[in-house]
Amino acid sequence: MATALTVNNPELIHVHDDHGHGEHHHKETFLTKYVFSQDHKMIAKQFLITGIIMAVIAMILSVLFRIQLAYPNTAFPFLHTLLGRFAPEGRLDPNFYLSLVTIHGTIMVFFVLTAGLSGTFSNLLIPLQLGARDMASPFLNMLSYWFFFTACIIMLSSFFVQKGPAGGGWTIYPPLSALPKAMPGSEMGMTLWLTSMVLFVASQLMGGINYISTILNMRTKGMDLWKMPLTIWGFFVTAILGVLSFPVLVAGVVLLVFDRSMGTSFYLSDIVLNGSVLPNEGGSPILFEHLFWFLGHPEVYIVIMPAMGIVSEVMAVNARKPVFGYHAMVYSLIGITVLSFIVWGHHMFVTGMNPFLGGVFMITTLIIAVPSAVKTFNWLATLWRGNIRFTPAMMFSIGFVSFFISGGLTGIFLGNSALDINLHDTYFVVAHFHLVMGSAAIFGMLAGVYHWFPKMFGRLMDEKLGYLHFWLTFIGAYLVFFPMHFMGLDGVPRRYYAFTEFESMKQWLSVNTFITWAAIMSALAQVAFLYNFFSSIFFGRKASQNPWNANTLEWTTPIERIHGNWPGEIPTVYRWPYDYSKPGHDQDFIPQTVPFSQTLNSNLPHDFEDDPEVEKLQTEWLKKNSPSQEVK
Amino acid sequence: MNNGQNTYKIFKMKFQKSFFSKSLLFSSINLLLLLIANFSFAQGTAPTSVNAPTIDGTVADNSMWIGIGYNVLLFLLVCFVIAVIGRILKIYDLTLKMQNKKGINWNSIIAMSFGVFLLLGLYGAYWEYTVHGSMILPDAASKHGVRIDEMFNITLIITTIVFVGTQIMLFGFAYIYRGSQLRKAYFLPHNNTIEKLWTVVPAIVLTILVVFGSITWKNIMDVPVSEQRSALNVDVTAHQFAWELRYPGKDRKLGLKNSKLYSINNKLGVDFKDKNSYDDLTADEIVVPVNKPVRINLIAQDVIHSFYLPWFRVQINAVPGLPTFFQFTPTVTTDDMRAKLDNPNFEYKLYCNKICGGNHFNMQKVFRVVKEAEYQDWVSKQKPYLSDQLRKELKMAAAQPVDAVTKNKLAFNKL
Repeated sequence: MATALTVNNPELIHVHDDHGHGEHHHKETFLTKYVFSQDHKMIAKQFLITGIIMAVIAMILSVLFRIQLAYPNTAFPFLHTLLGRFAPEGRLDPNFYLSLVTIHGTIMVFFVLTAGLSGTFSNLLIPLQLGARDMASPFLNMLSYWFFFTACIIMLSSFFVQKGPAGGGWTIYPPLSALPKAMPGSEMGMTLWLTSMVLFVASQLMGGINYISTILNMRTKGMDLWKMPLTIWGFFVTAILGVLSFPVLVAGVVLLVFDRSMGTSFYLSDIVLNGSVLPNEGGSPILFEHLFWFLGHPEVYIVIMPAMGIVSEVMAVNARKPVFGYHAMVYSLIGITVLSFIVWGHHMFVTGMNPFLGGVFMITTLIIAVPSAVKTFNWLATLWRGNIRFTPAMMFSIGFVSFFISGGLTGIFLGNSALDINLHDTYFVVAHFHLVMGSAAIFGMLAGVYHWFPKMFGRLMDEKLGYLHFWLTFIGAYLVFFPMHFMGLDGVPRRYYAFTEFESMKQWLSVNTFITWAAIMSALAQVAFLYNFFSSIFFGRKASQNPWNANTLEWTTPIERIHGNWPGEIPTVYRWPYDYSKPGHDQDFIPQTVPFSQTLNSNLPHDFEDDPEVEKLQTEWLKKNSPSQEVK
Repeated sequence: MNNGQNTYKIFKMKFQKSFFSKSLLFSSINLLLLLIANFSFAQGTAPTSVNAPTIDGTVADNSMWIGIGYNVLLFLLVCFVIAVIGRILKIYDLTLKMQNKKGINWNSIIAMSFGVFLLLGLYGAYWEYTVHGSMILPDAASKHGVRIDEMFNITLIITTIVFVGTQIMLFGFAYIYRGSQLRKAYFLPHNNTIEKLWTVVPAIVLTILVVFGSITWKNIMDVPVSEQRSALNVDVTAHQFAWELRYPGKDRKLGLKNSKLYSINNKLGVDFKDKNSYDDLTADEIVVPVNKPVRINLIAQDVIHSFYLPWFRVQINAVPGLPTFFQFTPTVTTDDMRAKLDNPNFEYKLYCNKICGGNHFNMQKVFRVVKEAEYQDWVSKQKPYLSDQLRKELKMAAAQPVDAVTKNKLAFNKL
């Protein structure tokens, strides 16, 4: 497969087959190395750091609206100073509150957990773990980042327009989003939101196509699909999901743009707004919901599956044990991918769609719980009788599984259309998705950052600060989201600016204050991470080549990260990536590059399923050596 | 011992380094304290600013910045304390190593903290279930709601068992199987029997939930047409940020609506070509008789809203251009619920539960459930929708052809 690359990319032959780093580096300018870089490792870092910045912004937004929820009757002069007309007299404007909620959701779902997560780790790990010099199309890869970056800038620029950013919720249902007069957040801010999302989707498509073609075409010798680490499987199915579903969002968004500015009626019908009858006829807002959720539901799996892959890998490495049920893990990923296309209707149980359809979507939704359950049990079985090393990455992985269980189980309530009648759009939903796709995916991402930091920067992050960061964030997230379930069960709707107008909601005011302080604590805990991350880039302890004693290919590359990844030939792969603590071997890990001929002591009949000849050799060797083994 | 000497040397070096950074630390803390004292002094000298009623003006700004500065300093102080603790731990660790003892075994500490978290977390979940769990909605006040509650309780029991079991396993394994140099992990790549078991068991449990869920769902949403006809029709129109009501008159039938007929006096766009419209009534609050089926007919005029009555487990979206309905039977009157909750001011409230704009959080309506006789009394007092002004307006309009607009009328309440 390496030959395929070298043929396609003569520049790389020149640079790497000659081992000419010095010769190569003098050609690199600051601009080509750090800005318009085509090296997948640099692009991964660009995605990561942009993602971290966006995450911090989204987190600050969430703290702002949490302050409003905790103290709905108090004026905070600093809010006025900070936000100006959006917080007159130190209290958030209700419309701006909705904008904060909207942009927090959009940034977290798309910019952090889609681009920040997939963009970082797919770019970093696909070539490194598969044994490729770079992505299939490094130029497209660079474009992917810069489209993403532009989308970020446009999204953030909406804070500086007169009427503020988009405010219709991250799902931007029309007519609210289609009628600029319906709310301030549907004016210029919404236009910027839509523009930003179109660029974002373009970025995701370029990235996704690149990931898929690299995985399918550029694996090193011996790396068949069943020898790929679960991270790659996660990124692979995620990319497929993204490529198939993101265009639908663009279709929906383009029609919305038409409705907004060209007078079409795709989503509009029979509208009387502020006393004026609009001419639109025949459209259906429900059509947009279908188009949106056709992406929107796969999107939550786009968010969680890379995290699943990362967690599987990190758990195996740090439990010093093979991932339990590797095949089941892959099949459940594929199952989730396929099923995720036919469950979108569970977001629409109470839109008034045909009750029969509701029944169908309930069945498909609850079926998707089966592969999710299998994955959970497999992670638990991976820990069982392991020899667990608690690196921060491992702790975040354990936290991931805990969140995934807690949030996943409430999905069984929401996926049941009968129960959804009363739970739909309440805080129960907020609690559910913040645990299962918010906190869990963030924890997967953080696990990845702690684990592959040495691969990105050649240094280690501080472990003790990592422990502190983990515990504060983990406990904080539970304190924030667990009580929200009960608010939802009391029928408290989400996206409410204040709970002061309803007598029945006032009992939750004190809980809201508590949640806000828990959120502020978790937000401040991120300072520990940010400090650790940025200071370790420059001052961290130097990492060894394989700091975690892992099996996968990325740890066979040199510590200094060179363009082209391996100085010499790309290593050949002989075995699956999870030979940890194999009985008979003197170490507790056997890298993928070690041939079976060097590990005759530890080989198992199962290792040679596809090669009877080698199996024969192994049995002969065993026959010859078995008496000596008994002596031992 | 050579080894010991080496460690000693390292310790000495580290100690000097840490001593240096420590003195730096202390001086910076001193500086911090000074700054805090300074700020609190500034606060003391400007007492008016603390109670300043307005926030514009430099004085108020000052107090604001002091407040922020104070919090930032507090946070920095916490960071310094953490840094100092980190230093102390490091020194302690080095001292242990110097004395040829094992250093701090972080792996064990983390394993134990997972164990402690498990216990605290289980207690926390129990506390949540009992304390916050007692603050949730009372039992459903509608016929179908009782079935939803049953379904909910079954699901809650199943998921709670799984939740407790899996979390115990997760943190229990983390606690038990902490790493050690002396041990090797158990090489267990897969086990088909157990994998089949934990695929099939969840599948069976979920199938049971799906079957019961489907039956419940169908019963709630698929009301037979004959039952829909006999129900009391209430017409609810949602717009930013209010709910408009219309009750049928003596004919028990609601007239047709058409948004294009909207006018100041005909805000719902009722079509008076339909004779059923003439005796329709307006109302300020939704009042329905207890134990009688009610069919809420919904439409929105501007953006999507959602008709949400949590006490009755009722929710359906109000969509512009797409008529929807929800039929249910309330079983507990407002008075009974007041007695039950021991709250004489209790009212069932209608919430808007789909983001609809700035006042989304305050789009409410009283929903009153009363005895049949009380309902009849109430309904007899409601005013007709066809007000005098509207009559006047329509007489004027009647001269003009309205065919162009009436073509678009919605077959809304035709059953």
